[in-house]
Amino acid sequence: MTAALRVEGVDSHYGHVQVLRSFELELRRGEVLCLLGRNGAGKTTALKTIMGLVPATAGRILLGDIELSGLAPHEVPRAGVAYVPQGRRLFAEMTVGENIEIGLMTRGKGRATRESVLDLFPVLRERLTQRSGTLSGGEQQMLAMARALCLEPQVLLLDEPTEGLMPSMIARIRETVAGLRERGVSTILVEQRVDAVLPVADRVAFIENGRNRETVAVEQLRADPQMVHRYVGVG
Amino acid sequence: MKIQTNLAPSAKSLALHAGVVLLLLALNFLLPEYHRGIFARVLVLSVFAMGYNLAFGYTGLLSLGHAMFFAAGLYGAGLPIYHLGWNVWPAFGAGILAGGALALVVGFLALRTTGVAFMIVTLMFAQVFYLTTLYFTTYTRGEEGLVLPQAVRRLSLPDGPLDLSDPSTRYLVALSLFTVVLAAILFLVRAPYGRSLVAIRENEERMRMLGYDVFANKLAAVVLSGTFCAAAGAAYGVLFGYVGSGFASIQYSILPLLWVLVGGAATTLGPLIGTLFMFYVIDTASSYTTAHLLVVGLVLIGVILFFPKGIAGTVRERWLRWLP
Repeated sequence: MTAALRVEGVDSHYGHVQVLRSFELELRRGEVLCLLGRNGAGKTTALKTIMGLVPATAGRILLGDIELSGLAPHEVPRAGVAYVPQGRRLFAEMTVGENIEIGLMTRGKGRATRESVLDLFPVLRERLTQRSGTLSGGEQQMLAMARALCLEPQVLLLDEPTEGLMPSMIARIRETVAGLRERGVSTILVEQRVDAVLPVADRVAFIENGRNRETVAVEQLRADPQMVHRYVGVG
Repeated sequence: MKIQTNLAPSAKSLALHAGVVLLLLALNFLLPEYHRGIFARVLVLSVFAMGYNLAFGYTGLLSLGHAMFFAAGLYGAGLPIYHLGWNVWPAFGAGILAGGALALVVGFLALRTTGVAFMIVTLMFAQVFYLTTLYFTTYTRGEEGLVLPQAVRRLSLPDGPLDLSDPSTRYLVALSLFTVVLAAILFLVRAPYGRSLVAIRENEERMRMLGYDVFANKLAAVVLSGTFCAAAGAAYGVLFGYVGSGFASIQYSILPLLWVLVGGAATTLGPLIGTLFMFYVIDTASSYTTAHLLVVGLVLIGVILFFPKGIAGTVRERWLRWLP
């Protein structure tokens, strides 16, 4: 399987504090890769560095043959990487329809993309004229994902999409991620709750102190539950 | 199923705006001379406030230097008329171009900063502009200013020239400019570009992550905003025949902010409401007492208490959600 996204020896800093240290990651085409680690391990920073929001001070990031590390942050989504941050960050005063429209406008995507995205999230179709700030947490997460998918990305980065959601919603989010895999979208899923993501993940990468310590197949992880305890601190 | 995105002005909002313009047109024939003069001034300054609102209300750029764009239009039109004997049309165009070009340069530099730094940088640029008008006092006559002769304040039209010093003509020209800018703003803010400005105001980083070039969009907003303000300045010069440094001072950077806040930021009619309201509060209070600023302060406190999002902003929030 070829790589959709490769992160090679990347360092990144917040001011003088180094967060990522020679960080390596390979996301294969059409897979769901879960990035696990303790609080402060560098999971969110890894996603932000891929997006160019935190500059990589060493190494390189490749989307297929395109080097992302030299691009301006707004060019990374145009190249084909979409990012759904922790906390959703919708445009609360705008309607659901307007939020989706904002997502569609960048790359001049039209009706077909809009319909395709709404097919993934039927609940949003019923709420197009509702202000997005009034949606439930789960619906907001779906809208955040829908808006990102309007870019028709090759790679989707999801930062703690199940945070604060009830179990039924978490299952819906999982189904959606699995559906995206069927469509050929490769996904990096950052999570702290192992149980929430294992059913949908193909592989799991463990990050500790800004380094990728180990990447294993989900089956391997199931065979050795201590591995989760070792890197995340829960079993 | 068709998606309801509200990206075009609704029939209701179009009717409301058309009604406001028709009412203003009717006032030309109904108002006594004194109030017609105030309204003409308010209409031109509302254009200034609408331009400011595009940057501040819609894009979230709190500038303290928009007086320089108004004054660039004022001087850009006034100086060629006074010193070179230009006609009103090319002078008006020169004023708009001067403001647009200045906004491009200032925006390009100032937008490298955000928040408080942006306020300070725009304030500093405006102060430089103000001091420049004082430095070249040979040409500008500084605070004393230039009075444009009535003879040159004529607008050439196919049917013959219009005397811009005539109160009715002045009112109608001011209303024409107001209508054009109001229509432009109304369509702009509902168009995809306008919605992207609002989204940038709400969350810049998110917009960057959706592939928007935030800097380019903000720069375009500053240029458009500066151009509208310059159009107001150029119109003010040719309609009222006075071009002075006072219009480049800090006071004229604060005033549009006040008008927009009172009327309702990020609303299309807020700038008109705010400008009109403040003009009449000051005018009425000053006719009764020399301590009129105290009255103005108390009225402003009342407005903030009862209309925390400005008059039109609060009306939209509480009663008329469709108000643009």
